[in-house]
Amino acid sequence: MKSLKDLEAIRDRAKQEMSLRETENKTRIIVGMATCGIAAGARPIMAAFNQELELRGLHSASVSITGCVGVCRYEPMCDVIDPNGDRTTYINLDAGKVRRIVAEHIVNRRPVTAFTIGAAER
Amino acid sequence: MISRTHVLVCGGTGCAASKSTEIMAQFEKHFLAKGIEKEAKVVKTGCFGLCEKGPIVVIYPEGATYANVKPEDVKEIVEEHLLKGRIVKRLLLGDTEAQDVARSLENVGFFSRQLRIALRNCGVINPEVIDEYIARDGYAALGKVLTKMKPQDVIAEMKKSGLRGRGGGGFPTGMKWEFAAVQKADRKYVCCNADEGDPGAFMDRSVLEGDPHSIIEAMAIAGYAIGANQGYVYVRAEYPIAVQRLRLAMDQARGYGLLGKNIFETGFDFELEIRLGAGAFVCGEETALMTSIEGHRGEPRPRPPFPAVKGLWQKPTILNNVETFANVPVIINKGADWFASIGTEKSKGTKVFAVGGKINNTGLVEIPMGTPLREVIYDIGGGIPNGKAFKAVQTGGPSGGCIPAAHIDVPIEYDTLIALGSMMGSGGMIVMDEDNCMVDIARFFLEFTVDESCGKCPPCRIGTKRMLEILERITQGKGELSDLEKLETLANSIKQSALCGLGQTAPNPVLSTLRYFRDEYLAHVVDKKCPAGVCKAMMTYSIVEDKCKGCGICAKRCPVDAISGVVKLPYRIDQGKCIKCGVCMDSCKFAAITFK
Ligand SMILES: Cc1cc2nc3c(=O)[nH]c(=O)nc-3n(C[C@H](O)[C@H](O)[C@H](O)COP(=O)(O)O)c2cc1C
Ligand code: SF4
Ligand code: SF4
Ligand code: FES
Repeated sequence: MKSLKDLEAIRDRAKQEMSLRETENKTRIIVGMATCGIAAGARPIMAAFNQELELRGLHSASVSITGCVGVCRYEPMCDVIDPNGDRTTYINLDAGKVRRIVAEHIVNRRPVTAFTIGAAER
Repeated sequence: MISRTHVLVCGGTGCAASKSTEIMAQFEKHFLAKGIEKEAKVVKTGCFGLCEKGPIVVIYPEGATYANVKPEDVKEIVEEHLLKGRIVKRLLLGDTEAQDVARSLENVGFFSRQLRIALRNCGVINPEVIDEYIARDGYAALGKVLTKMKPQDVIAEMKKSGLRGRGGGGFPTGMKWEFAAVQKADRKYVCCNADEGDPGAFMDRSVLEGDPHSIIEAMAIAGYAIGANQGYVYVRAEYPIAVQRLRLAMDQARGYGLLGKNIFETGFDFELEIRLGAGAFVCGEETALMTSIEGHRGEPRPRPPFPAVKGLWQKPTILNNVETFANVPVIINKGADWFASIGTEKSKGTKVFAVGGKINNTGLVEIPMGTPLREVIYDIGGGIPNGKAFKAVQTGGPSGGCIPAAHIDVPIEYDTLIALGSMMGSGGMIVMDEDNCMVDIARFFLEFTVDESCGKCPPCRIGTKRMLEILERITQGKGELSDLEKLETLANSIKQSALCGLGQTAPNPVLSTLRYFRDEYLAHVVDKKCPAGVCKAMMTYSIVEDKCKGCGICAKRCPVDAISGVVKLPYRIDQGKCIKCGVCMDSCKFAAITFK
């Protein structure tokens, strides 16, 4: 290591990995992953979220899983919880939807209403 | 792929002793079995400060904190939490009432009132991975100091921050550095005191184990500030994990060029060495510590000359405590004004305490200076177990004194504690309830100092021994009223004439208990009673006549035939023969025997 720049490079690389351990000011993406969810393809959805976040170098969101949500017909689904506690439930997910949710909801803070449970129930 | 889950397992001394290494191995094994080894990662951390409830496991991103985890529990955690997203409630830290939200560290009362500066990385990073320290702005302060600040700027910043020594004395750190900086010498030294002799204190160990790089970085900063190129860390040999992690951290820092020659290409060189102490309490005293580093017997020498003028090998030297150093990089990064905004007028920043004794949540807590004692005992410490009454708290270890319940609202800072006849010390805090005998407590601490006296000067070698003999007499019920005066006279003359801090402060626990609990001393010497029921010699087994049915069982069981009587009439114990074994009390089915 020769300069402060080198130090900063190491810091930025390591920070990405460490950001998972911060719980403040984060958007949480929670994918339903009980038996029904896994059967409905939740695992690839989770991987898609992870991949999308990593691609964009987003530290402000984390992906975790939860058990059965009780509305199996909408699986695979996920909840996005904003730092202020607002919860949006997205349903019938696929890779394309995941990309749009990350781009619009996580990056631009605008929920994608068309994919929500509210839109389906209407 | 970035892991989606980090499983932090405490690798501190406390948790390592309760199988945390095996727990880590179990996690790795179950990750493989379930095919999630790429998504989840085990991170070994330093102490969370909750050793009593260890081993501790924290799972992110949820921040769920599991306590008392056993290797057998790992399978359930992996299957439930990691695979199904269901928190294993029975293992959660704190009251485990049904709760859907994951309890994160920040939500637990024990942590929510703490402010972690010195312990900022403990339980957060893997201390064996330098990149994790760097991710949390590690070595940025050293970089800033070397490239953007002059040594005198660093000292000015330290002075402005108001940081005072955390090792006991509370001397302003910036001033100490300045004394050494202005000396002209061909060599100067920076030393770190990790001797941690106060029984019950373990914050220095936790910092070294959980965040060793912060000490390396701070010592290099100090070296730059005073013009030293060599540092020594004096650690007690009883801290093997701390020593091993520090060694590893030093190797990694050297590998990155953060120790050694020409750091950040600024021409500044700094090297570090570890010296192991054999664990004598007196070796924590600054002059004794330096004598010991030089390879001689660790005995104190008179001051002046002060170490800043003539220290290690007669060269200007500064010595700071581990916790003091741990604050330094943060002060440089965030600025003196930020640091000085925390705490009180004369005590800035935070202090780490090792809270133990009669309290529900024992462990390490870091609180802003000026936090009322009540908050530490009740809000963070969770109060006294078994509904007992809080009696006093001992701070400053064997050199300190006690603060009685009447002063529970005192804000904790250097000067208020001294005004109460105690002191901050290194941060041991032992909580006592109604069942503790204060005379016995004083005897306990004095016994410690008598054992640890190096014997170089008579007031400490002989004087403290005499005091201990008097205290032993009192606890055995053989004390006299005049003993109290004798204790005070001896105490005051030892304080004035002993050579080093050990002797000068040794009488403090006695003086302070005499000041606040004189009635307990009087009960011992006048009434020959121990009100708390601790001093066995003064207590007797006796039979309550109304309750005794005259069955005679106790008389048969008594190994020395001290009990006699006529069947169906109350029995009696001959106090002259009784050896206080307690067999009779256990054998009586009618609870007719008391011990008071
Ligand atoms: C008997 C005795 C034991 C001491 N033990 C320690 C110790 O274990 N750790 C420590 O940091 N300071 C200890 N000190 C205080 C040191 O002498 C010294 O004041 C301190 O390390 C300076 O660092 P600081 O200014 O950062 O607190 C002890 C002092 C005495 C008199
Ligand atoms: S005061 Fe006690 S420990 Fe200190 S030099 Fe004298 S004998 Fe040794
Ligand atoms: S065992 Fe109890 S009841 Fe029986 S003689 Fe002894 S004190 Fe009395
Ligand atoms: S050693 Fe694990 S919490 Fe202290």
